[in-house]
Amino acid sequence: MKRQFPLALVFIFGFAMIIQYFIPHQHSEWVNAFFMDWMMIIGIFALALGIWSLTRVSWDKVKHKRENWQYAIVTLAGLFLMIFFGFDYFRHFSTAVGSDNYMYVHFYQYIVIPIQATMFSLLAFFIASAAYRAFRARSLLATLLLIAALVIMLRFNPLLGPLQPVMEKFSVWLLNVPNLAAKRAIVIGVGLGMVATALKVILGIERAYLGKD
Amino acid sequence: MNIFDRMMSLDRRWVFLLLAVVCVITFVWGFSVPITISDEVEAIYNRFDALQEGDMIYMSVDYDPNALAELHPSTYAIAEMCFRKKVKVIFGTLSNLGQGMVHQAITDITDSVKQDATYNGVFYEGREIQNGIDFVFLGYKPYPAMVIQAMGLDFRVPFPTDYYGTPIDSIPIMQGVKNFDQCELVLDLAAGNVAEMWITYGHGNYGVPLCLAVTGVMGADLYPYLGSGQIFGLAAGLLGAAQIEKLADNPGRAMDGMRIQLFAHIVIILFIVMGNIGFLATRKRHKL
Amino acid sequence: MKLKTLIVLMIMLLMSYVPAMAQGDPDVINPEDTTVAEVITPAPATNLSASDTPNDHGHSIDLSWDLSVDDGAGMNNVIGYMVYRATSMDGPFESRSGLLLKTTDYIDAGAINEYENGYMPDHTDYYYKIRALTADTAVYSDSEIFGPIQSYGQWFNWERLAVLLMVAGFLFLTVFFINKAKKGADLFVRRLAGIEAVDEAIGRATEMGKPILYVLGLGTAADIATIASYTILGRVAKKVAEYQTGLIVPCYDPIVMTVAQETVKTAYLDAGRPDAYNEDMVYFVTNQQFAYVAGVNGVMLRERPATNLYMGKFYAESLILAETGTVAGSIQISGTDEISQIPFFVVACDYALIGEELYAASAYLGKEPLLLGSLKAQDYAKAGVIFLAIIGFLSLMFGYDGITDFFHVR
Repeated sequence: MKRQFPLALVFIFGFAMIIQYFIPHQHSEWVNAFFMDWMMIIGIFALALGIWSLTRVSWDKVKHKRENWQYAIVTLAGLFLMIFFGFDYFRHFSTAVGSDNYMYVHFYQYIVIPIQATMFSLLAFFIASAAYRAFRARSLLATLLLIAALVIMLRFNPLLGPLQPVMEKFSVWLLNVPNLAAKRAIVIGVGLGMVATALKVILGIERAYLGKD
Repeated sequence: MNIFDRMMSLDRRWVFLLLAVVCVITFVWGFSVPITISDEVEAIYNRFDALQEGDMIYMSVDYDPNALAELHPSTYAIAEMCFRKKVKVIFGTLSNLGQGMVHQAITDITDSVKQDATYNGVFYEGREIQNGIDFVFLGYKPYPAMVIQAMGLDFRVPFPTDYYGTPIDSIPIMQGVKNFDQCELVLDLAAGNVAEMWITYGHGNYGVPLCLAVTGVMGADLYPYLGSGQIFGLAAGLLGAAQIEKLADNPGRAMDGMRIQLFAHIVIILFIVMGNIGFLATRKRHKL
Repeated sequence: MKLKTLIVLMIMLLMSYVPAMAQGDPDVINPEDTTVAEVITPAPATNLSASDTPNDHGHSIDLSWDLSVDDGAGMNNVIGYMVYRATSMDGPFESRSGLLLKTTDYIDAGAINEYENGYMPDHTDYYYKIRALTADTAVYSDSEIFGPIQSYGQWFNWERLAVLLMVAGFLFLTVFFINKAKKGADLFVRRLAGIEAVDEAIGRATEMGKPILYVLGLGTAADIATIASYTILGRVAKKVAEYQTGLIVPCYDPIVMTVAQETVKTAYLDAGRPDAYNEDMVYFVTNQQFAYVAGVNGVMLRERPATNLYMGKFYAESLILAETGTVAGSIQISGTDEISQIPFFVVACDYALIGEELYAASAYLGKEPLLLGSLKAQDYAKAGVIFLAIIGFLSLMFGYDGITDFFHVR
């Protein structure tokens, strides 16, 4: 029964949403909006579970002084400080409610933004090392990949002089013909795979997410 | 280990170090590089340049701080261009951290527009930009697809108030403005799959003229939409932002960044070439 | 791929390049000049007609009309049109649109619910007229009133008939091949190096005494890639339990975390090692993209897992994860359906499952008839799509667009 009931729910609601897609009537749209609202509500409750999980794991590390437990203190401090300022408790520093709270805005502008930008900027260095390691002319296909990468990187490079317009036209062709063809082929495969997996879940063939009795 | 083996198996930390050194040197050494303008970016600029005083546009700032370097310059250049030309702007965001991006951009741009400036030979007197009169910021709502479809019916459906809590109906700039029909175009600055949602729901359902400014890695995926006419312009990555700044005659961080990107690309290409020389020489030696 | 085949393909691609090279620059969009004419009452728009918008929720009406003869010709004083609507022939009429330039159609749509702004009741008589405007707001002319017209919702969207037929066809194929598999038919599936490497990778981790890191990606529990990843996680967790290797599963989404915990717990139960299961193996990190990446990178560099498995939805962080894994010395197997991230995984990981191969992985690992049957159905459906694409292409070449129109979903 523990598995049958969720499977039945998945089947009923899965088929309901498939049928809803084909019915444009407003009552059908109401059903869609109703389910979307409930997805948001469940998501917010699940966030509470996630916060509990993170807090428990981090506290456990601090309590038992596991390796690098200091990072767990930073994690917990960041989590609870932002919640604290977001609820605007620090009234004599705040100028407005909620996310306009002075400290919240400053944490966001001077910690969150620089940290996120820094993490993203790691990509530049990792692309360099990945390209150096992977773009080798090991075979004909690998050589074509290498040439395509070089053309796209150089297409707007002014140092090429008179070659630049040719490179630019060739790169436009590369993007609009082989790139588009490959992308569409993968998209078709992915689309069919998605439909197949969704049907398997709805029909109860795919049950890994359910667990066991 | 001979030189070719070393060329092929260089420690990645040398790659990082040389790239960092080149980036720092090109950043500090303030020279400029020529920027080639592409047709798809010029189409964006021309459409904005053709806007008249009193026209209205919708600017959707759908990126997080991690895409700041690539997309913020476009936001600044275009928003300033609109404010200088007295074009009204509706700002919105479909990214939960995008609110901070818009807030920061509006604060900086309103300061900049207070100064007199000349762009492309046209003199613009400095003026005060006022919330509710020159622009409105609607704020953020989740589920981008639903928000775009709702805005196509009426902005008030997903956003009964603006970001600051003022009822939309009491905001002067929104009088007589119902939905995208009153907007000349929509510009989406995106770092995720929201761009494709604007194409599907914004342009697909409501036919709104749409242009995109996206991160570099997304650009390749969106060219087909340019070809099919679903978008009229596309600015991808830092290069796209630099082209917009050059066309607007408003050099900023993107044009500064181009010289760094140019030389970073050259360094990457040199390493690739070096690695291949080592690989081919080593392979030849093994065959012999 | 054979060299000759590749050369032929290259020649075909290059032939398509020739017309591309010959293309001139696309037209630059220029604003149209609007000539302000004398202020004389213009001729009205004509032939106004209205109908219920087909295949919709029932709160929308389609309007069409002919341009005024003074729009771009004649007196040339019409600058645009506005749509007006009333619920009775005598009015009052209210404006329903902004200024429409050189337009001959308009969709008057409203909100569906009474409590929403802009609510447009269905099953209500509406009367429309089109006002042709001039530069002087006091000078305009109205078309004949059209009405009454009512809007009402449809119970089937005929524009999506093609989708219904495709889904029904796919369902039929799935049921057919599942039945065939159940009867013991031997269904061939080709090798997937990435999947075959999973066992080897788990063995490596066991020998080295290091844990396995499994990353479910940045998708939600509703994403198909994440659902496919649960199945792979279940198989990996079962093997890990049998070999008594460590498993670390940092999660991006709280709902994904709860499902993953259940999946891993079940796997340990199936392996007969419920005592070895620790709830802290599967934990929530954060639902901010780069903060999550920073957390996972920290785990990689501290724990030095022998094997990293990236299965699910990934975005810009994919290369950061893969490169850090390389620095940590882990063997890496990835699978994602995000097309823009596939190149990064192909370049940085030892094995990569591309697109639908991720969805096929569950069938591969278990070799269960039900799953293999649905995989074969997928393959035949793909063949059907290729066949339809060729038919569509040929029909367009001969000037018939009926087939492509039928499959154009709105």
